[in-house]
Amino acid sequence: MTGVPSRDVHPPTTMVDVNDPLLLGVVVATALAFDFTNGFHDTGNAMATSIATKALKPRQAVLLSASLNMVGAFLSLTVAATIATGIVDARIVTLEVVLAGLVGGIVWNLLTWLFGIPSSSSHALVGGVVGAVLAASGSSGVLWSGLTAKVLIPALLAPVVAIMVAAIGTAIVTRITADVEEKDNDTMFRWGQIGSASLVSLAHGTNDAQKSMGIILLALIAAGAVPADSGVPFWVILSCALAMAAGTYTGGWRVIRTLGKGLVELSSRQGMAAETSSAAVILLSSHFGYSLSTTHVATGSILGSGVGMKGASVRWSVAGRMFASWLITVPSAALVGALCYWLDTAVGGTAGSYVVFGVLIVVAGLIYLRSRIRPVNHANVNDDWDPVEDPEAYVAESVSVHNPAVMRVRRKDLKRAKRRARREARRLDREAQRRADEQHRRAQARDRTERR
Amino acid sequence: MQFIEWGALANIVGLGILVGAGLPSLFAIGVRALAGPGARGADGRVAPRRVVLAWTCFGIAAAAIGGAIMFLAAGGH
Repeated sequence: MTGVPSRDVHPPTTMVDVNDPLLLGVVVATALAFDFTNGFHDTGNAMATSIATKALKPRQAVLLSASLNMVGAFLSLTVAATIATGIVDARIVTLEVVLAGLVGGIVWNLLTWLFGIPSSSSHALVGGVVGAVLAASGSSGVLWSGLTAKVLIPALLAPVVAIMVAAIGTAIVTRITADVEEKDNDTMFRWGQIGSASLVSLAHGTNDAQKSMGIILLALIAAGAVPADSGVPFWVILSCALAMAAGTYTGGWRVIRTLGKGLVELSSRQGMAAETSSAAVILLSSHFGYSLSTTHVATGSILGSGVGMKGASVRWSVAGRMFASWLITVPSAALVGALCYWLDTAVGGTAGSYVVFGVLIVVAGLIYLRSRIRPVNHANVNDDWDPVEDPEAYVAESVSVHNPAVMRVRRKDLKRAKRRARREARRLDREAQRRADEQHRRAQARDRTERR
Repeated sequence: MQFIEWGALANIVGLGILVGAGLPSLFAIGVRALAGPGARGADGRVAPRRVVLAWTCFGIAAAAIGGAIMFLAAGGH
């Protein structure tokens, strides 16, 4: 989001000469893969509310978002051709560092997707690069104050700002339309929702596709494939736009589900207020050059729409898990980035980069397979978050959580209990029989005395 | 090194509330004008005054979206 015009591109002088076209291909492919995960991880930022409130059908929503991401990528060509500017020492950023950083970002994106946690793709990338730089040249390569001021603190501020704006918006909107019929509200706010969500998608396309374009451009310059003062070649723009759109269309359904159903039960009025707040905060933050992560803002806005609505409940436990994951995004991606860098240098040469690429493919495959165990897709994305709603089930659940032994019935105990019940039943039967007999006898005796 | 850019943050919060909460409110006023209590007269039609108000609100919201797209296209991101 810290847009830097392409004329400011200064490839680091220490960047190694890459003459191997295959290595260049590996870096480009990894950058596109990151772009893809970026797209499908962030679909939810724009479209989760529209899907949850049924303003759009799930497939329609991802199609719209993908198209707008694509348009957005072409919309503006001031490319941020620098990665992690002011966060790491630019002279250390070699192609190996970039590759390791990208792998760190991709792996963290995939892991958070697996757990359905919305997490910032740009923070993951920064984390990966920071880790790789740490592995390459130690802590002196990282500008720690820059990291704190540009990444860590904004991650804490963004949701607070968004919660505030969305809560105020929701409170006013619901007050104004309190006596409008629900049906009319839904039909009209549906359009407001679609408009604001589209804007978020468009902004995402413009901002995020250009990060990958910048990375690829740097790699091309380093490889000597294009001159240092080159603009972005058209095929780079096209492939980045396509990769992001494909990712968006694939739909990170797990993340969409958490954002749309997990935090707040959304109505269309809340959805509209939340999405407008997201769009406003994202665009304003980039206008004032204080970049806040789209993901953090979108999540905050959805939370805010629950805070501002009377009678709505916010699942703060889910939100808390998210905040925790945002705090560990940078260190975790950094760890992966550092490991990749070490692996790269341990193998050595260009072969090291191929090994890293291979590891990435294997890890991504494993995470994908794991996700197949409990798949989330367009069909079940809107299912209730808590399937158990009746109070009895909650009681049973809480008992089972606190003392599972109470809930468990052993087979032997069950048999014994049944036997006891049968015995008791027989005894009651006998008693009833005896009483009936006695009554009968008494009646006979009475008859006899009367006859006399 | 300043760890929080207070100036930018204050701008984002202030304008964010103005735009991010103001536009939905405007939209809500439009919705209320068209579908609120008393919007439809005895003949089941919405009074022209209300229609004009509603579409002014919706128009401002649409213009804001248009402006935002221009901002993106101008490379303001």
